Amino acid sequence: MTIWIRDGKIVDPVRGVMQRRDIIVERGRISRILKAGAFKEKGPKLRTIDASGKVIVPGLIDMHVHLREPGHEYKETIATGGKAAVAGGFVGLACMPNTDPVNDSSSVTEFILRQARKSNLVKVYPVAAITKGQKGETLTEFGDLRQAGVEGVSDDGFAVSNSEVMRRAIEYARYYDLVVISHCEDTNLSGDGVMHEGAVSTQIGLRGIPAASEEVMVQREISLARLTGCPVHIAHVSTAGSVELIKRAKEEGVPITAETAPHYFSLDHRAVIGYDTNAKMNPPLRTPEDVEAIKRGLAEDVLDVIATDHAPHSPLEKDLEFDRAAFGIIGLETAVPLTLALVEEGVLSLPGAIKKLSSNPAAILGVTGGSLREEGPADLAILDPEQEYTLKAGDIQSKSKNSPFIGQTLKGWNLLTMIGGRIVWKRAREHLGG
Amino acid sequence: MRKFNHKDLLGMGQLTVEDIDLILDTAGSLKEISEREIKKVPTLRGKSVVHFFYEPSTRTRTSFEMAAKRLSADTVSLSASGSSMVKGETLIDTARNLQAMNPDLIVLRHSSGGAPHLLAKEVKAGIINAGDGINEHPTQALLDLYTIRERKGRIKGLKVAIIGDIAHSRVARSNIIGLTKMGAQVTISGPPTMIPLQVESLGVKVIHNVADAIEDRDVIMVLRIQLERQSKILFPSIREYATFFGLNREVMKKAKRDVIVMHPGPINRGVEIASDVADGPYSVILDQVANGVAVRMALLYLLIGGARSDNLD
Repeated sequence: MTIWIRDGKIVDPVRGVMQRRDIIVERGRISRILKAGAFKEKGPKLRTIDASGKVIVPGLIDMHVHLREPGHEYKETIATGGKAAVAGGFVGLACMPNTDPVNDSSSVTEFILRQARKSNLVKVYPVAAITKGQKGETLTEFGDLRQAGVEGVSDDGFAVSNSEVMRRAIEYARYYDLVVISHCEDTNLSGDGVMHEGAVSTQIGLRGIPAASEEVMVQREISLARLTGCPVHIAHVSTAGSVELIKRAKEEGVPITAETAPHYFSLDHRAVIGYDTNAKMNPPLRTPEDVEAIKRGLAEDVLDVIATDHAPHSPLEKDLEFDRAAFGIIGLETAVPLTLALVEEGVLSLPGAIKKLSSNPAAILGVTGGSLREEGPADLAILDPEQEYTLKAGDIQSKSKNSPFIGQTLKGWNLLTMIGGRIVWKRAREHLGG
Repeated sequence: MRKFNHKDLLGMGQLTVEDIDLILDTAGSLKEISEREIKKVPTLRGKSVVHFFYEPSTRTRTSFEMAAKRLSADTVSLSASGSSMVKGETLIDTARNLQAMNPDLIVLRHSSGGAPHLLAKEVKAGIINAGDGINEHPTQALLDLYTIRERKGRIKGLKVAIIGDIAHSRVARSNIIGLTKMGAQVTISGPPTMIPLQVESLGVKVIHNVADAIEDRDVIMVLRIQLERQSKILFPSIREYATFFGLNREVMKKAKRDVIVMHPGPINRGVEIASDVADGPYSVILDQVANGVAVRMALLYLLIGGARSDNLD
């Protein structure tokens, strides 16, 4: 079957341009990209998708998600996480190792890849633990894990507090071409904090996590990258101070890349007032000044990637006292509208925004994807930047519904996701509204 | 008649100046009941109050029990050790089970900030926050306000110093909110490790040196030092704290002659407050305890007995 995607605006994140084109998909690949109106073919085997007024982007890649399998299948599975991903326009996910058991061995990696093949939806790029059991002590077998199919290593959820261990990890990882993703947190400084330490924590009486808790570790990773010349990728940047440190390091030529999550440029610590546990994440929501700095960091390409840190939790972990509730929110299904809000605001161009959701994470992970070209795989998403919709819990494809954006009207949704020429997600008509 | 339009008392932030005046005035008229031979009125007959204490408490719990009983409410008392919480039941489930028994009011003490807010969303019964984590302890602030007004005749324009671990004190937070709302000027004092970030946003001034902080103040409020906090590197030793931040006779030389000294209890004698100050002429610590019952009676009355104003005699 041939699919004709008519008259969409194709975003090329690498060249930073957008052009009105028709896309012809055959045998799972993009066979032709033509000027709008040039394609005349008709026939019973031709399926037409009208994309006029819509935006066609390379299938998005989220380099920071928690799929919870193995061990916490009641929160999410690789299959349900995949459904959430395609609903959000994603075709590839890098999944963090804090499962049960921890992904610190090739057997767990192989299990994850097997489950991903079985669910037959998105590409899953396993990220293994840096240290055995994520305990921060002994390196995992990077070579063996690489052979099993791992694309990166991270002790995400925990910081590698021993600087010597982190130094050896980045040195050793480079040999295997594995990206090292650092969760930057000084856990002594964080203590038993549950939100950003500042005016709001002082006012509402919750224990704080200072911005410095993140920044001292960002500075350490920069120092180690400078010392060794080996790259480090900083996960979920949340503070103005971190943005400034990374900016200076990049200017100096230190091999640092960084990501932030949509909630760090969409919400600030005032969201915690009222003790909504869906406003509890780690790192915590920071101040409005930090939010502005994150936006600037994205605009100036200090922050290379938007990754969701999709962290599904069930009501068992969230319908609790704020102190006791788990950190984290889901993010796959709201990343596109929250990011397009930055385009609307003029912070990013549309190609610039898509770059941070596709080609940049692909390059940092060292995987294919992030571009639309003839003969390339037909992995793409069709977005409607004008569509406004109020998110309902019932719409959410993820097994968990822990999102602070439920009930909010967001603009710019994913309409259709295609992987290998197969339409794996189409937004229901009732979701499209009038 | 002045109206008290609240289902719950979760924190001082929700109360207006008029609300606070009403609570204190009501406490004033109820206080006398505790001085009678027969210390009981039928005002809350047929009402049930659950005292739900996830955290240990002697003073606050006894005070609430006394207040409810003097108004003839039926009371049930639950503590964490004897409740299903130790069996793994969540707060929301416990709340739903309690709700099924249809109490009129739940008094909650809990170690997590915001726990009463969570409970208030789940149940129809009114909630009184009897202390949530390091967040608030509004009934303590109200009894402190009552005591100050009783002694000083007013709150507006008074200068109040609060000394101790401000960052981790729900008593301090509630008092700061209440006192500033009522027009007092609040100065906080203590080692820098115990002063929260951006505390000025609460409308207070910081003077670390205790002697300087109490000079020219009308009220000195001393907070209990939680001795276990020493392990959290907030202060090096009890001895050092007592020497440099304790309220003792030497420091009191700088205080006004008509100052009153308050403490929410229980006191650590010789740590945050010297015995001769706690027991001395400036101390109103036991007045606070007595007033606590009256203020809690007032709150019970206003929250669940408002329709029965005719029975109040």
